[in-house]
This record gives sequence, C-alpha cells and structure tokens, in this order.
Amino acid sequence: MTAALLTIENLNVSYRGRGHSAHILDGVDLEIGHGQSVGLVGESGSGKSTVAFALLGLLADNAEVSADHAAFDGRTQDFAKRETASLRGTDIAMIFQDPMTALNPMFSIGTQLVDIQRRRFPKESRKALWARAQAVLADVGVQDAAARMHRYPHEFSGGMRQRVVIAMALLVEPKLLIADEPTTALDATIEAQVVEVLHRLRQRTSASMLVVSHSMGLIAELCDSVVVMYAGTVVESGKVADVLHRPRHPYTRALLACEIDPFAAFDPSQDLATIPGTVPDPSRRPQGCIFAGRCPARHDRCSEKPPQQQAGDGRTYACWLEAA
Amino acid sequence: MTALTLKDAVIRYDRLTAVDGVSLELRRGETLGLVGESGCGKSSIARAIVGLQPLADGTLTIEGETLQEVSSQRKQALQRKIQLLFQDPAASLSPRMTVRSLLAEPLKIRGTYTPERWARILELAVSIGLGEQLLSRCPHQLSGGQARRVALVRALAAEPSIIVADEPTAGLDISVQGDLLNLLRALRDRLGLSYLLISHNLNVVGRVTDRVAVMYLGQIVESGPTAALFRAPAHPYTQALLSANLTLDASRRGERIVLSGELPSPSNPPSGCRFHKRCPFAQPKCSIDVPALQAGPGERSVACHFPLSTASVVTPQAIAG
Repeated sequence: MTAALLTIENLNVSYRGRGHSAHILDGVDLEIGHGQSVGLVGESGSGKSTVAFALLGLLADNAEVSADHAAFDGRTQDFAKRETASLRGTDIAMIFQDPMTALNPMFSIGTQLVDIQRRRFPKESRKALWARAQAVLADVGVQDAAARMHRYPHEFSGGMRQRVVIAMALLVEPKLLIADEPTTALDATIEAQVVEVLHRLRQRTSASMLVVSHSMGLIAELCDSVVVMYAGTVVESGKVADVLHRPRHPYTRALLACEIDPFAAFDPSQDLATIPGTVPDPSRRPQGCIFAGRCPARHDRCSEKPPQQQAGDGRTYACWLEAA
Repeated sequence: MTALTLKDAVIRYDRLTAVDGVSLELRRGETLGLVGESGCGKSSIARAIVGLQPLADGTLTIEGETLQEVSSQRKQALQRKIQLLFQDPAASLSPRMTVRSLLAEPLKIRGTYTPERWARILELAVSIGLGEQLLSRCPHQLSGGQARRVALVRALAAEPSIIVADEPTAGLDISVQGDLLNLLRALRDRLGLSYLLISHNLNVVGRVTDRVAVMYLGQIVESGPTAALFRAPAHPYTQALLSANLTLDASRRGERIVLSGELPSPSNPPSGCRFHKRCPFAQPKCSIDVPALQAGPGERSVACHFPLSTASVVTPQAIAG
C-alpha cells in the first residue's frame, strides 16, 4: 500500500484567551490519498475551515497548534513550527471562498496569474509564465483568454472570477488543492458551471483535493470520501456513498435529515427536521461526547469520551452506540 | 381572496430597468415563492411592495384597494399591513439597543404603544422562544436564529397581514433553517398571514411554498403550483435552474443541464426572449419575438415560444437527436 499524500493524527488547535482557552480543534485525524478527493463537511463553528487554514499555516499568531504526527508527501511536518507554511503556493494551493477578495483589484488578471507562479517556477521568464497562465485560463473556461489576461478583477463576473481563482491554484501544479466553499458565493446556474470545471479538473490532474463546505450536495458531487465535523471533532468519516446514504453517527443522521429534497413527495403540514440545541461553547467543551447535549440517542455512557468505531471499508465514527 | 396584487410593475434605477412588467398575485393565507438568480429583480419587487421603492409603472393593490387610487393617509395605513423581513436580520437591529427596546421600537415609532399591545408582543416573543432572559441582551449576544426571531417579532408588532421575507434563511445553518421555516408556517396559520418568500434556495422554496414564480432578468418566465412546477418545469430556464440544484442523490434530479454563458446585464437585455442566448432549445424566432407570459392548464403560466412538455421531462439531447 502506498502512503497517503497527507496524514494528520490528533490535530489540536486552541486559542488562549483571558482566563480560559478555547479549544477549536480536538483530536482531528485526516488522511488524503494520492489523487483522492476528500470532503470536509460541517456547520458553522465545526472547525472545518480551521483544519484547512492549519494545513496552510495561515492561522492567527496566537493559535496553539499541535499534532501527534503529520506528514505530507512522505515528509514529516511539525505543525507547532508551522512548517506546512512553506508548502503553501507550491505543493498546496487554495481556492478561496470569495473570489472578489482573493484577487487584487489594482493588478490585471495576467499579472496576478504570473506572480502566483514565481515561487513555484523562479527561473522561468515572464513571457513563459504569461503563456502558461493564458493556457490554463482558457482551460478553466474563460473565453477569449488572451484579451482577458489584460483585464482587471472588477471587469469579471462572479463566476468568471472564481474561474480565475481556480486557474491561479492550478498554475502552481499543486499536489493538494484545497477548495474552501468554492461555490457558495455563486448563483445556481453559475455554480453548476464551476462544479463542471472542478469535475473536469479532477479527471485531468493527479492532484488530490480537499473540499471544505457546508453543502452535502457539493461534497456528494465532487468527493470520494467525506469527513463530517462537529464542534471541532471528527464524528464520522468514510466513503461518500456510505456516509451520506447510510450514516452511522447520530449527528450525521440528524444533519442529513435536515437536508431538503425538493423532488421528494412530502406532507406540507409536516414540520421540517431540525437539530434542537446549540453547538457547545469552545471554551467550555463537555467532557464526554461533544454531541451528547443535542443527541436523540444520548445515554449514560455519553458522559465519557466515545470510542472510534470501525465499520469496514475505511469507515470510522465516534459514538457509544453499538459499541462493544 | 387576494391579499396583494402587483400588476405590470416596472421598477427603474436611472436608466436601468430592474423589473420589467411583472404581475403577481398573492392569495390570502398562502406562501408564494419568488425565485431567480442575482440581479433578476426579486429584491426590487420586495422593496416596491413594502413601499421602499416607487413603481415607475404598474399598480399595487392591497386587499382590494389600489395604492395609486387612495389618499396618502389611506396609503400609509394599507402599506402598514405589509412588513418586510430583511435579508440580514442581525444588521437590521441596532447594535446598541437591547432586545426589549428593539421590540418596543416599532410601537413607539408608530405611536401605537399601549400596555395591552406591549403585553401581546411579549407574549408572542416568549411563544417563539425569546424568553425573559433574552430581553436585556444586545444583538451581538444573540445567535443567528435568535436575531431572526427578534426581527420577526418586530415585523409582527405592526400587526401586518402580509409578510415579505427576503432570503429568510440565508446564512443559517441547515440544522437551524428548518426551525425558522417551521416557525414561519406556524405563525402564518395562527395569525392568518400571507407570505411572499423570496429566495434563491430551491430546496426551501420547493418545500414551503404553495405557488412559485420564477424570474429571469426582470421578468417572470414561469409560475404555477410549486409541486407541479418542480416536477415538470415548462420553461427551459426553470428546468436548468432545477437541474443545477445540488442534491445528495444525483440520480433524483436527472441529467444536469449546464447553461453556457453568464447572466446578461439587466441594463442591456438580449432581444426577443431574454433567455435565448443561454437556452439549449433556442430557435431563430426566440431572438426576435418577445414571448408573453401565457396561462395554461393547472394554474400554470409560462413565457416561452417552445415550452417544454409538462407531461414528461424532455432533455436537450432528446431534441437535438
């Protein structure tokens, strides 16, 4: 078996505040195989973006980061020393959520697409880099790329800007591409276009992908496996088809029940599903299972930390239910 | 009985025509959905209905009285029957006021404060989960769901009969979204309200509205009972919009139709059918003649020269082949 591209074991992130510290990530394990696409799904405050930012070394200075073991492409990484920051823009590239703020309004698209490559290809001429940029821009579906290279971000629509940002990430030929809510800011028909671009990309490049999103639909569309996060912990992970269609953890089940399928027959007088309660305060995390306070299947044992259970085919979930 | 009728409404911002001849009818006690992408004019319609934006042309009728035909005093009274739920409720609440004063503010502004009314509002607040302990809090101490409830009670303080909700669930987590939608429906039935629900979230619109109108570039391209329209859209735009919706089970929605091109600018709409440049079924006629919104069977209307069969769903491949 070949080693995974990225392995992280027991990733912890906390912020020290006045008198108490807020634990944002608690023992997160993540593995991304070569050429694999992994989805990181969760609601606000689940810590999914923190995982991505920790990977890039982009967390705030007062963040305390630690991991038992972390390796990228066979090399061990020390999160406490932010060693992964050196991979940013060379081996790891990111597609940010908001394509407007990810681009500098003062420079033409071409200049920005050239500059992004400088760190990766320091010896190449501007002309060569410009030509590469133009080719990739055409590749992600920007028509008339040669002329568009001279344009500025404000002259692009939202969907086109997102394509520019995707082109930017591709230009460094990363081994890992992180997409943080890549379609959240886009309209439905434009979202479909961008999803299509990402689809094509997956078939053509050997890069692995980490898709961070709150949208189960997007994850189902783009990923092979999924990691479900809740309040800074991983509650369930496994193949997309398994987790989304046969969820094991009560949180995954509850979350999927909240999804609305507009094409399904339903009784309009029936209430929509919800998850009562709120996410626990990260500075006052409960001792046992993090979801216990809102869990419909809660019992006495949930006051202890739940075990990681295996369910075959690489599936794990952290729950006392069905535990031996 | 009709709660509100908008007829041939035109809304202009300088030379830009954001809404071009839209007619809507909101029946009493129903939830009417208005869907479309950015810039289609759906929020402009919301603003016009609540009186924040004048109509350049067309009429607005509230409970049988046309605003253009009544005295300005009566107009104010009628407009008060409609309240707007803003897109970002947290931003619509003054950060320096407590929940208590935020709830009292609408009564004070209108000069309708009475102890009985105030008691009724507090009762309503408690009944939807805004307990006594929340009243002394400021907006930043509220969760997204709570802020939305405060905005909702403020809107209901005017004792409206019509609520215009502009993206009421935008930015809410899916586990909380259902909670708000359940609450809105319960209040509708309890207080006899009618809703105009504006959203780009097709899942939400498909689940909670009775009828729906689909907008594209300032015009309504299709309308009808929600369930029937979602099952078999007649307009190619509706079909593409529905197929673009990301669902967990891709087999459910059928073949995805990815439209080419971007949303055209409303300041320079295409000739003929405004959708023809992106339409997979466009014919020469579509770039010349403007299709009118025509009523068909089953309370459905569509503005298309070559509407899709609503009996069965047709794919572009089937027609091309």
